[in-house]
Amino acid sequence: MELVISLSIGVLAGSGIWLLLRPRSFQVIIGLSLISYAVNLFIFSTGRLKSDAAPILETGRDIATYADPVPQALVLTAIVIGFAMTALFLVVLLASRGLTGTDHVDGRER
Amino acid sequence: MTAIVDHLVILPIVVPMLAGVILTLINERHAATKLAINISATLLLLVVSLLLLWKFGAGDGSLTEVYRLGNWPVPVAITLVGDRLSAVMVALVSFLALGCISYAAARWHRGGSHFNTLFQLLLMGLNGAFLTGDLFNLFVFFEVMLAASYGLLLHGSGNARVRAGLHYIAFNLAASSLFLLGVSLVYAVTGTLNMADIAARLPTVPAESRSLLEAGLALLGIAFLGKAAMWPIGFWLPTAYAAASPPAAALFAIMSKVGVYVLLRLSVLLGAYGAEGFGHEWLLYGGMATIVFGTVGILSSQDLPRMVGFGVLVSSGTLLAMLSYGDPAVTASAVYYLVISTLTIACLFLLSELLERGRAPEADILAVTLEAFGDEQEVEREQEVGITIPATMATLGISFALCAMLLAGMPPLSGFLAKFMMMAAVIGSDTGAGVGASTWVLVALLIVSGFATMLGLLRTGINRFWVPSAGDVPLVRVVEIGPIALFLGLCVALLVLAAPAMAYMENMAEGLYALSAG
Repeated sequence: MELVISLSIGVLAGSGIWLLLRPRSFQVIIGLSLISYAVNLFIFSTGRLKSDAAPILETGRDIATYADPVPQALVLTAIVIGFAMTALFLVVLLASRGLTGTDHVDGRER
Repeated sequence: MTAIVDHLVILPIVVPMLAGVILTLINERHAATKLAINISATLLLLVVSLLLLWKFGAGDGSLTEVYRLGNWPVPVAITLVGDRLSAVMVALVSFLALGCISYAAARWHRGGSHFNTLFQLLLMGLNGAFLTGDLFNLFVFFEVMLAASYGLLLHGSGNARVRAGLHYIAFNLAASSLFLLGVSLVYAVTGTLNMADIAARLPTVPAESRSLLEAGLALLGIAFLGKAAMWPIGFWLPTAYAAASPPAAALFAIMSKVGVYVLLRLSVLLGAYGAEGFGHEWLLYGGMATIVFGTVGILSSQDLPRMVGFGVLVSSGTLLAMLSYGDPAVTASAVYYLVISTLTIACLFLLSELLERGRAPEADILAVTLEAFGDEQEVEREQEVGITIPATMATLGISFALCAMLLAGMPPLSGFLAKFMMMAAVIGSDTGAGVGASTWVLVALLIVSGFATMLGLLRTGINRFWVPSAGDVPLVRVVEIGPIALFLGLCVALLVLAAPAMAYMENMAEGLYALSAG
């Protein structure tokens, strides 16, 4: 499981950074989304990887069998904020496309 | 009454939040009502922040109040922490906000939708970032602040703003990802997000996890250095700030200082961490590079807003270099400088529009139209637009000269005092083995950057004020010149009351560092 998680984080982050450095605004927004997915998976994994472990306390169960609820709460917040920011960026991107007539990030073709 | 004093620490967050919520619900057609709510909320915030200043002014500066949200027990609760430093920053925010909203009341608040709402939410994010004691909560307040600033940057719309906004948002989203990575790494190693708790657990971190922790802290540092616009990651700032509408740009003057503030907090926290001066060389050399870049930028830029944007870089660079000393005396004078430079930069952003107004491209067309159709309507027009101050240009010129002297650090104003105290403090800080070469370079850079700022602003001033006037004096309203007078007045007040102000700052800095040692 560790290998799958780290590979997926690496692939997402790598593709995200590559797209972020591209000149088209659509590529940039997809790149930022991919990076935020990678970051979210990373935050999730900081609670240590466990399967079949619930983050909800029940009486009479060993504390070691629980998953850490804090990273899950963090990742939830990060997803919500990231989603809102992506939506906002999308609006600015469309405004820029409408005003300049090009989807180049500098507002003009080189 | 006692109940309110107990909850004083959370009020700077609650007041703008409530105002922002109320403003969202009111239709844009009621612009005057929205403006009135905005101004009253800002005045209320000012009262609260003055109370905070007074509250934490008592005692020897080590007074720290921990406010547990929801009154949960300590390790579980998300905390707000109030102390002198945060009180000073919140007070600075509220003074700045009052000036900006007064300026915007003339016309900018109608320049697009939801100006008032975004304004209050930006204040909420700023105050939250200054008051929080929790690393993840800091992220949330940062995002609130940034989201509001995206909206404010685009306020007024137009090609340049949208393009600058696109770059600004993309940069900040990437920086936020780094912030999150840093926070989660710190959590993975220490198992807590509370800043005081992190500091307490740092010495117990096992050796094999140290590299992971340091990577996390370095990522956090990069995110904040990006916000403070340190040299290789600060290119976005002058373009974005120059494109923003003047009241928004003036308020943004404090946003780059948020990065500096958080770095100060983090470096104080890391005092408990065994490694002597973690990352301090980065701050010193990065800060010096930023000063050089900002100085070159000031000399090379043609229009005033862009020049002031580079002035922000010089001020950030100076502060970053000062932080690297980790010395109470240096930090005290740096915070004094932070207050002065933020007010001056905000003032210059506001002034830049008033000066441009006299030279607006429409002015030429207007002059031609007046020649053709006679100028009988001119008197009425002026009455409509607002009260024209007699000798407007003289007032603007004097304010501009004062701003230039403050920013460059010329005597007799408080900008000089701030720079002089910083130089004295850095030279005095390493008494052990003589003054290091890097310190001399830093002092030289401070002097050179001040000289270059003077030169750049002088050139602009000559171009603006010493040209044959075409007869159209810019129309300036009292509410627009008022904030400039307020900011300059505050700087003069800090000069006159320099002794008590510095005593306040010195106690604050000693309290900060005593906290990390104890």
